[in-house]
Amino acid sequence: MYVAVKGGEAAILATHDLLAEARRGDPAVPEIEVAQIREQLGLAVARVMNEGSLHDPDLAALALKQAQGDAIEAAFLIRAFRTTLPRFGSSVPVDTARMAIRRRISAAYKDLPGGQVLGPTYDYTHRLFDFALMDGESRPEAPQAAATLAQTMPRVPDILGAEGLMEPETPPQGDPAPFDLTRQPVSFPADRDVRLQAMARGDEGFLLGLGYSVQRGFGGNHPFAGEIRMGEVSVEFVPEELGFAVDLGEITLTECQMVNQFSGSKDVPPQFTRGYGLAFGHSERKAMSMALVDRALKAREFGEAADYPAQQDEFVLYHSDNVEAAGFVEHLKLPHYVDFQGELELIRRIRAEREARLAPEGTPIQEAAE
Amino acid sequence: MQSNQPMARRQGHFAILARAALAEVEAVLADAPAIPPFTVLKQPETGTIMVEGRAGGGGRRFNLGEATMTRCAIRLEDGTLGFSYALGRDMAKARKAAVLDALLQNEPPEGPMHRAMHRLAEHQKQAREEASRKAAATKVEFFTMVRGEG
Repeated sequence: MYVAVKGGEAAILATHDLLAEARRGDPAVPEIEVAQIREQLGLAVARVMNEGSLHDPDLAALALKQAQGDAIEAAFLIRAFRTTLPRFGSSVPVDTARMAIRRRISAAYKDLPGGQVLGPTYDYTHRLFDFALMDGESRPEAPQAAATLAQTMPRVPDILGAEGLMEPETPPQGDPAPFDLTRQPVSFPADRDVRLQAMARGDEGFLLGLGYSVQRGFGGNHPFAGEIRMGEVSVEFVPEELGFAVDLGEITLTECQMVNQFSGSKDVPPQFTRGYGLAFGHSERKAMSMALVDRALKAREFGEAADYPAQQDEFVLYHSDNVEAAGFVEHLKLPHYVDFQGELELIRRIRAEREARLAPEGTPIQEAAE
Repeated sequence: MQSNQPMARRQGHFAILARAALAEVEAVLADAPAIPPFTVLKQPETGTIMVEGRAGGGGRRFNLGEATMTRCAIRLEDGTLGFSYALGRDMAKARKAAVLDALLQNEPPEGPMHRAMHRLAEHQKQAREEASRKAAATKVEFFTMVRGEG
């Protein structure tokens, strides 16, 4: 039964004002600008773009400001805004082999064409506080090599593939357009394109935990980071009215190729198997976690037992979206007064019945409280 | 192939303008002798494009996520159509870039706007190369330690 209850408008209006004040913090401290968030909190911006599933660094920075740095709330704002925009079409699939590399490492090959390029990474920092950052006004200048990097660098799985040692990765017959889970309902078992899209917009923490579980034995893969690359990739689009591809500009992407142990059959000699991760911005942990779970989700294709959560597409896909998950968890805050009243009546009746059953005959029975 | 040369040049212009800031587009337009009258066929409009990737880099297509983009279309009085397409939400830039696309089609390749576009392209190339040289400075040079008797 639903009972309409009114009231709370004044309280809600007041909470908007109080929220704005809480968001602003101490007015004696200068207000943060969206451009500062975009430029100086770039990794947080990337996370919001991934989980909001919309590439727009300015909007992601605004979302972070409006959400007081709450990444999931910021992703929610991005998703809500996205629904107001028309979609003009789909890009030509991005070509990560032509990435303008800023970082590219392989844990599998020491000497590989193009080399190991460390790029801007926290990997070799000591995790000691840099108290100079508290003072502000830093203008660091990175050194430059005499020569630029190679224009293109081969992807590590392609090097292994040339020897036939790697599970081939080729488009299916006819290179079909991918499934779009924002427009069609997902059914299971889900194909690879559905899984990759879901993980690309999935929660980094959830995928990190699942990827970790795979490594620890709940999924049986302990791969090599065959390659991680980060840099700028052109996005191309073919407008109907022109009929040729137009370069729309560049976006930063992080790609991870995990190299896993073997699969083979009577017809195919043993080969390494792949796990793939791709994310907007510099999002290395996300791309690595996605690649681990991508491989785990291939269990069915390789005839492996899918005993663990990371190997089960329904579990992974239904729980990776943090906006959906937060919505369902946080809906518990909404008034459930009537439902709860029902539960109260039920438990009192059960207790009364129990007392009646246990009471020695002839004892008066107390009425249940209203 | 000969007939594709203007198309390839135009594609190059789209790429340069997509990467340019509003002020840079305005600077190229400033090199036009005069801006002729034009009709806006499609007002600057922001929407999204679904960015596709490929599994493993070269395999099955999948949807990575959307990106904002803005487009605009104009027509000069002589019938030349000008378009602009770029990531992001800059509508003022979209309109000016569409006008520029039309004007560049009517200007010979040695004209002042083409020269300005060339300078802009050079500027963008320098920024790309600087980023690449900074990355190259973090490239690992391995050396082997020889121990014991060879």
